[in-house]
Amino acid sequence: MLEFSQQIINGLTLGSIYALIAIGYTMVYGIIGMINFAHGEIYMISAYIGLITITALTVQFGVENVPLILLFTLAVSILITSAYGWTIERVAYRPLRGSPRLIPLISAIGMSIFLQNYVQIGQGARDLSMQPLISGGWRFGPEDGFQVYLSYMQVLIAVVTVLFMTALTLFIARSRLGRACRACSQDLTMTNLLGIDTNRVISLTFVLGAALAAVAGVLISLYIGKINPFIGFEAGIKAFTAAVLGGIGSIPGAMLGGVILGLAESFASAYLLTEYKDVVAFSLLVLVLLFRPTGLLGKPEIEKV
Amino acid sequence: MKPMPRHLSEAALVALLAGLLTVPILGIQIQVEGINVSLEGEPWPVVLAMVAVFVARLLQVPLKAISSLVHITHRLSLPTHLPKAYFLGLLALAIIAAAIWPFTASRGSVDIATLALIYVMLGLGLNVVVGFAGLLDLGYVAFYAVGAYGYALLSMHFGLSFWECLPLCVIMAAMTGCLLGFPVLRLRGDYLAIVTLGFGEIIRLLLNNLDELTGGPDGIGNIPKPTLFGLEFARRPSIEGGTTFHEFFGLDYSGADTVIFLYLVALVMTLFILYVINRLIRMPVGRAWEALREDEIACRSLGLNPTTIKLSAFGFGASTAGFAGAFFAARQGFINPESFTFIESAIVLAIVVLGGMGSQIGVILAAIALTALPEMARQFAEYRMLIFGLVLVLMMIWRPQGLLPATRPRLELPVREEGSS
Repeated sequence: MLEFSQQIINGLTLGSIYALIAIGYTMVYGIIGMINFAHGEIYMISAYIGLITITALTVQFGVENVPLILLFTLAVSILITSAYGWTIERVAYRPLRGSPRLIPLISAIGMSIFLQNYVQIGQGARDLSMQPLISGGWRFGPEDGFQVYLSYMQVLIAVVTVLFMTALTLFIARSRLGRACRACSQDLTMTNLLGIDTNRVISLTFVLGAALAAVAGVLISLYIGKINPFIGFEAGIKAFTAAVLGGIGSIPGAMLGGVILGLAESFASAYLLTEYKDVVAFSLLVLVLLFRPTGLLGKPEIEKV
Repeated sequence: MKPMPRHLSEAALVALLAGLLTVPILGIQIQVEGINVSLEGEPWPVVLAMVAVFVARLLQVPLKAISSLVHITHRLSLPTHLPKAYFLGLLALAIIAAAIWPFTASRGSVDIATLALIYVMLGLGLNVVVGFAGLLDLGYVAFYAVGAYGYALLSMHFGLSFWECLPLCVIMAAMTGCLLGFPVLRLRGDYLAIVTLGFGEIIRLLLNNLDELTGGPDGIGNIPKPTLFGLEFARRPSIEGGTTFHEFFGLDYSGADTVIFLYLVALVMTLFILYVINRLIRMPVGRAWEALREDEIACRSLGLNPTTIKLSAFGFGASTAGFAGAFFAARQGFINPESFTFIESAIVLAIVVLGGMGSQIGVILAAIALTALPEMARQFAEYRMLIFGLVLVLMMIWRPQGLLPATRPRLELPVREEGSS
């Protein structure tokens, strides 16, 4: 029972990260119907920016106030990563608007390969690790038996994730731009006809997606403390799995899918074999697509002739 | 023409953005020494990127004007109305040249050419799936791995020779393709891409983790090379009483013989694939592939079953990869899961996209270019994949149909002129 709850804690932590990245996929897909293959790389870049900012603050400037470091790092990472999201859309996807589906997808794959190698050239291919900024946690359970460990970092991840998710939900539900976003996902052409600058809305979804991926990247570099230029690929596919699992195009679906995937992976590595946790995630993707391509909360897509 | 200052200020803004983007990745480097982490500034790459973006932005307008004047580049494609005899003669000449060439070239370049031929095979196979049938397969390398591991395991456990294994590998890869394709092909195109990607990763993870069967990350070594009707290419026969090639023909042993032989085997295999594909695309099934790519709904209303047609294209593409994979294992003599990563799939996809989807001559040339160029420019090896990704993006923007797009001979009804009946 205690081990079970430990797996739930680990799964939820991992799931929060997946959910944050998955929202970027689901929003872009919901509006322009393309898989932004380079989204995983955005997350990887944000992890690097996070690591650099933290190092700059702690080592170069000697700042010791942990909340201040955290806030500043998040702000810097969100700013630059959003700029990346905006630029990628502007450079690699906007000129392809209106072409057959495979064209932007191939462009996105090219972008993903480009970014991966760009970071590799800039920062090297090796693993970068860092001292944990926030260490310690609570232990529950008997002194001599299995103890459940809940680290402060895990709590922080959960809190920050919930915070940003709430902010996003409110933004989409209440604000004017959020309403424009929802309109675009229903009918892009019609929204355009009604005088909404759809290009701006599309740019906005890329920026929002990148901002959330930036949060995930900073949190993961604090939590795991080890990054390399290749983390984006795997995290990207997993987050996409989460988005599909929850129903692509649906924001609550992406959150739910992320949490389910995180739990599944955590249980798989605990009760099956650790090496097969990735196999479990990919198999889940294949199975969902086979039996419920619309996902848990998605709406079926009607093919128009 | 807009006033110049606006261009300048726009270019300056874009350059500033480039600076913002590149500072944390290229401009600051993390140095790790033991447990000490420090940052090191490197201003030059950032300045270079900013200047490059600034100039590119300024040149964008004049370049566009020039490219709209020059239309010829867009019409560049091979003449399709060659007389048949002429075409066959040209083809025969090319084949003879390709067959004689290795005897005059250096050993290293023949080796690279063999590698290029493997990519030609893979490109041709994926071209059927992506170019003809319009299905984006991002896990193509999985079938390549099935072929390679199939041959390695069959020869290790059952002692089968390369030529016995080749058809078996093709069948195995085709079966894997159909097994995967059958449930997945009902899905829309981009879902298919992701499922195949996931499948490719699953295969690689399995190869890495099923230690007892596949040797895990260490892979399988000592895979026998192909033989010429039972004649081995080695200094001494590996089995008691066997004959080697140089003993049989009374020649001196030379290591180059093996390399040339492997090249010729690859050439024959490539020609075989080319022949099969060219027959297939003239058959009803090949016509159906292309029809399906153009309009699925129209196909369905004409009574074609999309799933079967897609499955045949997918299965055929997979079998080609298996074919190439078996040869790859035989050539390397050693395989491990590292040879079958997503990047490999991406390279083959880049070959198809660069060559022009559906264009076989384009795919062949692209495969040769993409394998030969990195070998020639070794000092830029670090930038190889960077340029690769960039080329994919730029191709999609400027020339999504590829460098040598496929042209179909078309017949049009003559426009009836006024008054004639």
